[in-house]
Amino acid sequence: MRFMMLMIPKGYEAAAPGTMPPAEHVAAMMKYNEQLTKAGVLLALDGLHPPSAGARVTFSGGKPTVTDGPFIEAKEVVGGYWMIQVKSKAEAIEWASRCPGLDSEVIEIRQVHEMSEFPPDVQEAAGRLKP
Amino acid sequence: MTATDTHQTDIHKSIDAVWRIESARIIAGLARIVRDVGIAEELAQDSLVAALQQWPESGIPNNPGAWLMATGKHRAIDYLRRNKRLEQKHEIIGRELEERQDAAAEEIENAMDDDVGDDLLRLIFTACHPVLSAEARAALTLRLLGGLTTDEIARAFLTREATIAQRIVRAKRTLAEAEVPFEVPRGAEFTARLSSVLGVIYLIFNEGYTATAGDDWMRPELCHDALRLGRILAELTPNESEVHGLVALMEIQASRLGARAGASGEPILLFDQNRALWDHLLIHRGFTALARAQRTAESPFLQSVGPYALQAAIAACHARAHTAAETDWARIVELYGMLAEVAPSPIVELNRAVAVGMASGPQAALEIVDELREEPAMQNYHLLWSVRGDLLVKLGRNEEARGEFERAGSLTENARERELMLARAYNCGGDAND
Repeated sequence: MRFMMLMIPKGYEAAAPGTMPPAEHVAAMMKYNEQLTKAGVLLALDGLHPPSAGARVTFSGGKPTVTDGPFIEAKEVVGGYWMIQVKSKAEAIEWASRCPGLDSEVIEIRQVHEMSEFPPDVQEAAGRLKP
Repeated sequence: MTATDTHQTDIHKSIDAVWRIESARIIAGLARIVRDVGIAEELAQDSLVAALQQWPESGIPNNPGAWLMATGKHRAIDYLRRNKRLEQKHEIIGRELEERQDAAAEEIENAMDDDVGDDLLRLIFTACHPVLSAEARAALTLRLLGGLTTDEIARAFLTREATIAQRIVRAKRTLAEAEVPFEVPRGAEFTARLSSVLGVIYLIFNEGYTATAGDDWMRPELCHDALRLGRILAELTPNESEVHGLVALMEIQASRLGARAGASGEPILLFDQNRALWDHLLIHRGFTALARAQRTAESPFLQSVGPYALQAAIAACHARAHTAAETDWARIVELYGMLAEVAPSPIVELNRAVAVGMASGPQAALEIVDELREEPAMQNYHLLWSVRGDLLVKLGRNEEARGEFERAGSLTENARERELMLARAYNCGGDAND
């Protein structure tokens, strides 16, 4: 089973472009990432630039509207993610619990959809051959 | 279900998750103390029982791994005292100290590395010891390092739980009776033993890879179990090129798991697979691991890498092609040529022939395959005949091709493959008018 662990750092919604986390926090996170790697469960990870450097696209009747960041209404934004391969949600939670998160940080755990979960018609749409 | 019941289930799931993460390391650390992986596993299980008794009340400790290890170590010391093995252990430690003084400076430095990593590596090498049969190595590795239950292993290998339980008990006894030391081999022995470890991991992977739709879901899970073990090993032995080579091969092969079967479970050959269903995250990881394999080889050129890295390089050629038509067959022919030099076998030669056929046309390939017909090992290998049939079709020799497909069909034990072969024979045409 794959899970994404989404890092939600409080305050990142207001962070200026180019904001970097403090060095000791980076060091602690790198040690944690090493643990995930050594355990053979890490598939991918990335840090994201703050929303102030990003954009949002909203839709109205099929027509897109682009808004540049920051997004004042947004109370929680994603700062980064890990994708891990584990046997159960409980295992993903255990790994998330071992992250050296700050008081201002929340990790949300979300299972990743696998193609095999989808009903046959969706799988066909994704390109599998008909019998 | 009452609130308390739900809480119990949750806490047990959490303890189970902790166990999956920590058990191999606990067993490894205890095995170094008691010098017996069977006893070590029992002691580790005792720690788990203690955790299951105490943690629902006290909550899961901040460092559950350390708690389990400490609890296990107390029990291990008790065990040693009870069995009066303490003196024996002192003798062993004394010998080890002498041996270390004799060892080269590099080895002494290595001995001072991360203790936990060393113990885990010792456990891997012990579980994969060649004194055990291939089946026993796989079962023991999945149990001690994969953290799979006996039932899970049995379902994965399509056998009975009792069979696996016996296999594991006998394996532990064999290791104890052969007095297999709990250590990582050195020098030339290391290379040979590492090869055995890689073989076990790849055996587990292939067992999962050949699972078909409708099989117990534990079976394709084996691919993930093997990949995890491979990745763990890659971090423990970062300078070993072939370890990265095997990981690269498994990552790329696993990338195709979602594309290998049709909607009703029928197998889809590589050339016919919908490449949009290939997992590009795993392909990317495979390329990264392959680059590591090349960096850690004797030289950066593929000539100096081992068979796993070469097979990974071949898989990478396929992975790189957006469509089957864009496949770099010339490169694949080159790579099979290198593989034939480091790990020659009739099967490698057959695969090389297929690639030659794609790169240079069916006639050139047929010449290679015709020679392979003489090999005794290939007489009953159904793929030889199906490849020959395929080449003959391409050369317009349908009548002969039909015979080859029929022969291939009669030689395969797999019902689906037989259907496929007989369908191809039928499609060669030829009727009462011939």
